[in-house]
Amino acid sequence: MRSNNKIHPKKFGLYISFASIMMMFTGLTSAHIVRQSAGNWLEFKIPPIFFISTVVILLSSATIHLSYKSFLKGREQQYKWLMVLSAVLGFAFIVLQYEGWQQLNAIGVDLKGNPSGSFVYAISGIHAAHVLGGIGAIAVALLHAFSLPFKVTPVRKLRFELTAQYWHFVDFLWVYLIVFLVMQH
Amino acid sequence: MAYVTETGYNEEVLIKENGLNDHFHDHHHGDKFQSNFITTYIFSQDHKMIARQFLITGMFWAIIGAAMSIVFRLQLGFPEENMAWLRPILGKWITVDEAGMGRLAPEFYYALVTMHGTIIVFFVLTAGLSGTFSNLLIPLQLGARDMASGFLNMLSYWFFFLSSAVMLYSLFLSTGPFSGGWTAYPPLSALPQASTGSGTGMTLWLLSLTFFVVSVLLGGINYVTTVLNLRTKGMTLWRMPLTIWAFFLTAIIGILSFPVLVSGFFLLMFDRGLGTSFYLSEIFIGGKALENVGGSPILYQHLFWFLGHPEVYIIILPAMGLVSEVLSVHARKPIFGYKAMVMSMLAIGFLSFIVWAHHMFMSGVNPFISNFFVLFTLIIAVPSAVKVFNWIATLFGGNIRFNSPMLFAIGFVSLFISGGLTGIFLGNSAIDIPMHDTYFVVAHFHIVMGIAAFFGMFAGVYHWFPKMFGRFMNEMMGKIHFWGTIAGAYAIFWPMHYLGMAGVPRRYYRFDTFEAFKHFEDTNKFITVAAIIVFALQIVFVINFFYSIFNGKKVTDANPWGATTLEWTTPIEPGHGNWEGNLPAVERWPYDYGKNGREFIPQWEPLAAGEQDGGNH
Repeated sequence: MRSNNKIHPKKFGLYISFASIMMMFTGLTSAHIVRQSAGNWLEFKIPPIFFISTVVILLSSATIHLSYKSFLKGREQQYKWLMVLSAVLGFAFIVLQYEGWQQLNAIGVDLKGNPSGSFVYAISGIHAAHVLGGIGAIAVALLHAFSLPFKVTPVRKLRFELTAQYWHFVDFLWVYLIVFLVMQH
Repeated sequence: MAYVTETGYNEEVLIKENGLNDHFHDHHHGDKFQSNFITTYIFSQDHKMIARQFLITGMFWAIIGAAMSIVFRLQLGFPEENMAWLRPILGKWITVDEAGMGRLAPEFYYALVTMHGTIIVFFVLTAGLSGTFSNLLIPLQLGARDMASGFLNMLSYWFFFLSSAVMLYSLFLSTGPFSGGWTAYPPLSALPQASTGSGTGMTLWLLSLTFFVVSVLLGGINYVTTVLNLRTKGMTLWRMPLTIWAFFLTAIIGILSFPVLVSGFFLLMFDRGLGTSFYLSEIFIGGKALENVGGSPILYQHLFWFLGHPEVYIIILPAMGLVSEVLSVHARKPIFGYKAMVMSMLAIGFLSFIVWAHHMFMSGVNPFISNFFVLFTLIIAVPSAVKVFNWIATLFGGNIRFNSPMLFAIGFVSLFISGGLTGIFLGNSAIDIPMHDTYFVVAHFHIVMGIAAFFGMFAGVYHWFPKMFGRFMNEMMGKIHFWGTIAGAYAIFWPMHYLGMAGVPRRYYRFDTFEAFKHFEDTNKFITVAAIIVFALQIVFVINFFYSIFNGKKVTDANPWGATTLEWTTPIEPGHGNWEGNLPAVERWPYDYGKNGREFIPQWEPLAAGEQDGGNH
């Protein structure tokens, strides 16, 4: 017996969880809009450091994709080090987000004040938690890359695809969120 | 590289990973999933065992939740009676004065009401109902060896267990469990100092429900993936039994709505723990003004009800699916309007997302926006009526077997009509304004999604008990259970409509001290007595259930009901992988009863020459 779809069931499950995560952020951004339209809303500009973090996370998406391509082509060293680079960039993204929160705080937008600021912390914070989950997945992938003998097997290909697709998802999720936040502030 | 084809994976790979292979048992000497007690009964990855785990955990919670309702019904029916006898169970929540008069502590009354709602809605009617039957029937009726991921499925149950453990623990806190209503509206839920239950009780409530959502999502992802990917040969979507359609749509609704509840919970956690003001503004508590400014409690209500309304369909759709199947099997007739049944479930699922504000007509929502929600709420009556019509048309002229599963299925239809009609009253914002927060609302939702969903669940348990345990439940006890419960359920909730129309508010501790409501003393006594009798009848069911597991009449025929669906092609007590040899292939739709002069034609029988498949017209 066979699967009815061309797509692997585990991948399909991952896509469904994307829909689920997306709904959570839709809930948060809708709450933002509803609250904003009610007035008493602090206006401030999103600190530019968040744009740098956006570039960093997009770069990490590119590097993990290249790492995957190298994996398929059997270029072991390129595959390993591009994956290391992706993890470093992912980690850098978290550091930059933290720096962004510090800057927000410095311009007087603190976590506890007007919900206008709290929303930026909450949305970027919950997103960062999802990125940390992705970094965890990449860490496992790194462990495999450096401990297992290099071999392209269907199971490893699938694992890599699941990791990379989740990573792309949280990256583009951030792009949506930063565009949303910039437009609303 | 040789294994990887252009589309990604060849069949071999899929089969290897998912155990869907026709030669499943050739490679299966010694089942690694069921090799010892722990992997068989506790950390099982087998969908049938997980289904039983969900069912028995759900039954445990149902008894707790229902027992709580008996305690607060005693308070409402007999506010002047001595409750000191409950002290050994409830401890300090019964205060006994010098004269020996024991009273239920008012704050614990609220905790009981809150926990009753939380437990029944989430733990019993979501996990216990859809968790049980989605797990049991999706692989069995689709001809799959197991769920797409047995591991995630196991995690789904254990997150539910963890969630249950946290909630159970919160019942024993010295400050009591959360007591601000099952909807957990701020500010009662957002300020730990707001009430005794708002402290640790609320923290644990939030923690428990967050674990619960993880459980629902892991389960739901698995159900959807399994339905779309692992159907056996010939099982097209339009040949799926209505049970599977119902579980499938339920899972999709859950996947899309529960995350929004979580985002609401996150903001609530931030308000509680980090001092933000998402839901709080200008509050005085204990004579002191809080610093929180700029939040809106209505925001929480939007996020909550965006889940909360779909949640009632998450509860009722599986019951509808089970009932459709049971009605058709025991009326020995094809379900009337199979496609209309699917379409109406799709319509209900879609509409459930755009009606949430009908729970908030009294929250200061703009009346023009209310009109939008009124309109879509009333439109839900259309697909619901289609379903009711089809159930009745299925029964009409049927060769009905009046056994326990069938009685409960017919009872479901009756309750769904009675409860659904009052929904039309409440869906109109103009009528909802006087009716809101009265016993009319309590009566409405208890009948339409509480008792009705329980009836769907009972129909399912009596019908599939032979599949779960290889034995039948006792028919005599089943009939006593049914007739007592249906009469008792109406006796409890029918009078509540009149209380509600007279303006009696819900969640009040006692009514005898109010001039306007004290003449309902006897009505409240009557309701309480009926509730106690119905509770006792559920104990009959529990005894029947556990007695029959060990001593019920043994199933001797693999297909004891003469049903057409695939679960009856397995051995009477299927092992891991469900089918011993090859998977069955499907040749026709699942409702060929009374066709070509035969009582039933199962799904695995090929179409005769020139025969039309029933699902196609």
